[in-house]
Amino acid sequence: MDQILADPGVRIVVCCGAGGVGKTTTAAALALRAAERHGRRTVVLTIDPARRLAQSLGLTELDNTPRQVKGIDVEESGGELHAMMLDMKRTFDDVVLQHTDPAKAAEIFANPFYQAMSSTFAGTQEYMAMEKLGQLHARGEWDLIVVDTPPSRSALDFLDAPARLSRFLDGRMLRLLLAPARSGGRSMFSLVTASFGMFSKVVQKVIGAQLLTDLSGFVAALDSMFGGFRQRAEQTYRILQARETAFLLVAAPEPDAVREAAYFAGRLRAERMPLAGLVLNRVHRPAAPELSAERSLAAARRLAAEGGHEGTVEVLRAHATLAQQAVREQRVAARFTEAFPAVPTVSVTAQPADVHDVDGLRTIGEAIGRR
Amino acid sequence: MVTGKGGTGKTSVAAALALGLATGGRRTLLVEVEGRQGIAQLFDTDPLPYEERHLADAPGGGEVRALAVDAEEALLEYLDMFYKLGAAGRALRKLGAIDFATTIAPGLRDVLLTGKVKEATTRTSGSRRTYDAVVLDAPPTGRIARFLNVTAETARLAKVGPIKTQSEGVSALLRSPMTAVHVVTLLEEMPVQETLDAVAELAQLGFPAGRVIVNGVRPPVPAGRAVTAAELKRGLAAAGLPTDARTVSGLAEEARDQRVRRELEDSLRGDLVELGLPLTELPLLPDGVDRAGLGTLAETLVRAD
Repeated sequence: MDQILADPGVRIVVCCGAGGVGKTTTAAALALRAAERHGRRTVVLTIDPARRLAQSLGLTELDNTPRQVKGIDVEESGGELHAMMLDMKRTFDDVVLQHTDPAKAAEIFANPFYQAMSSTFAGTQEYMAMEKLGQLHARGEWDLIVVDTPPSRSALDFLDAPARLSRFLDGRMLRLLLAPARSGGRSMFSLVTASFGMFSKVVQKVIGAQLLTDLSGFVAALDSMFGGFRQRAEQTYRILQARETAFLLVAAPEPDAVREAAYFAGRLRAERMPLAGLVLNRVHRPAAPELSAERSLAAARRLAAEGGHEGTVEVLRAHATLAQQAVREQRVAARFTEAFPAVPTVSVTAQPADVHDVDGLRTIGEAIGRR
Repeated sequence: MVTGKGGTGKTSVAAALALGLATGGRRTLLVEVEGRQGIAQLFDTDPLPYEERHLADAPGGGEVRALAVDAEEALLEYLDMFYKLGAAGRALRKLGAIDFATTIAPGLRDVLLTGKVKEATTRTSGSRRTYDAVVLDAPPTGRIARFLNVTAETARLAKVGPIKTQSEGVSALLRSPMTAVHVVTLLEEMPVQETLDAVAELAQLGFPAGRVIVNGVRPPVPAGRAVTAAELKRGLAAAGLPTDARTVSGLAEEARDQRVRRELEDSLRGDLVELGLPLTELPLLPDGVDRAGLGTLAETLVRAD
């Protein structure tokens, strides 16, 4: 990983994986290392960091702009670390403002459909993460952008959301609703086909007239931003395929997380997106690896039967549990490495307590970088 | 309702609960709403359709059925039920209207999903209810309040009409004593924090809290004092094991890490106890959750009830 973090040709590192595997922590640790060790002007885009981790990066407010992280060790390297938390709604608002005049924007913001969609549309968070990445990239002021991806139900959502949004914007339904507005007609259902006539009756009956007015207002407003939306999504997608991007899968050595990582790796290959490696978090490693679980357990049993040495019995039992867990985890991880032998894998040993300070991040960055 | 942070095993817990509640000749329905096909993966079956079908037998002659609710299908079914759509329904789908409606108004999607759960819960066959219990593998803690709070979400869009009536009916059921929202967590910082946040948010919105279910609990480590290196060395010698410096210091390090871990877990458990809700601990299944493991979890859940 150090090679990647130091490579001036790599401008974006995307961390993806299932929820609860330590994506945010990994992204923050990599960004810190890129700044401290490799002297790069780095920004880390986090999506939903744990409160204490956010605080340790100085992210006390969600203001959607990068803030420099102070108190890190960059004197020698000359790097910088900036961090920001994604504000989904605000990013959406900014996109609207960029594509339309203030009066129209105000109208859009007031529309209940916009309010619903900008805060809850399945995929808005993913789309806005991409949008923000595109913005950071376009400003050209960063050596390296490290992106954490949203805690989606599936890691693939990050790649699919922009396409889904443009499919939605291109949808037949939307065009039908728009047809009268474009031709300057009064009734939004002036375009009457047989099925559409029935449809309009049902819609009026089910959702009522006020709702239709709101809907047509929203749809007409969206129409003015159509091209912009799609163009930007496509642009960002192309950046993700370029050599300047490195995807990093993050997983824990558990069956679900590893399966998810394998799906994602397959998908990246199909999309010709550059997969740089797998970070296996929370891996258990015995500190006394020479002593096997079986031998340790047998000894514990014998000692317990003889009486005395209670402390040692406990230590040996705990060691056996740990050693067994390590073996199981290796077996689970092997499912990935066997399917993707060419993908480099880095294991990060489980920390006894959660990481929420810069020192902890540095330790993790060290473990990922050096291997 | 079973919620929890992603990665805590809420699908496994929901499945175990459905199994447990079906024990002894009862019938339960296990429902998923997020299109993840988590139930099918867990039970190693084909993807579930939008149709209630047999999933597993429970001990004592019980049955668990499963259903994957799809918002589009639910909307069509709903429209058909109330408006006798017939061919028009198919035309709507061809136009992309259904996808459009559930995309542009996420609250509508949720009210359709919870509406289907309500329908299954209150359905009767003959003089008794079709299901003794309906268990929903609900959205994760970060989205659960918004998901359940259907009236607030739809009220923004529909001030009158059948959508409003429907969401009010669902809301009444979700806030009644017939509903319990269980929160699944691990003894780790983020999941516990999200559990505390979700419980507070749900209470504020008036949803009945169920249990806090701590998943993946490792066997307790005795709380004796830390063993010294000298004691450990003597013990290893007595057991006929190597006593070289590497082994002794390695084992001592493992023991130290374990104590740190246990202290953290104790403090997190304390935070959960303070919620004042019933707390159930489920053991870590070292080999992952298979059918036998689900049985173990089901028993633990039922015994706790």
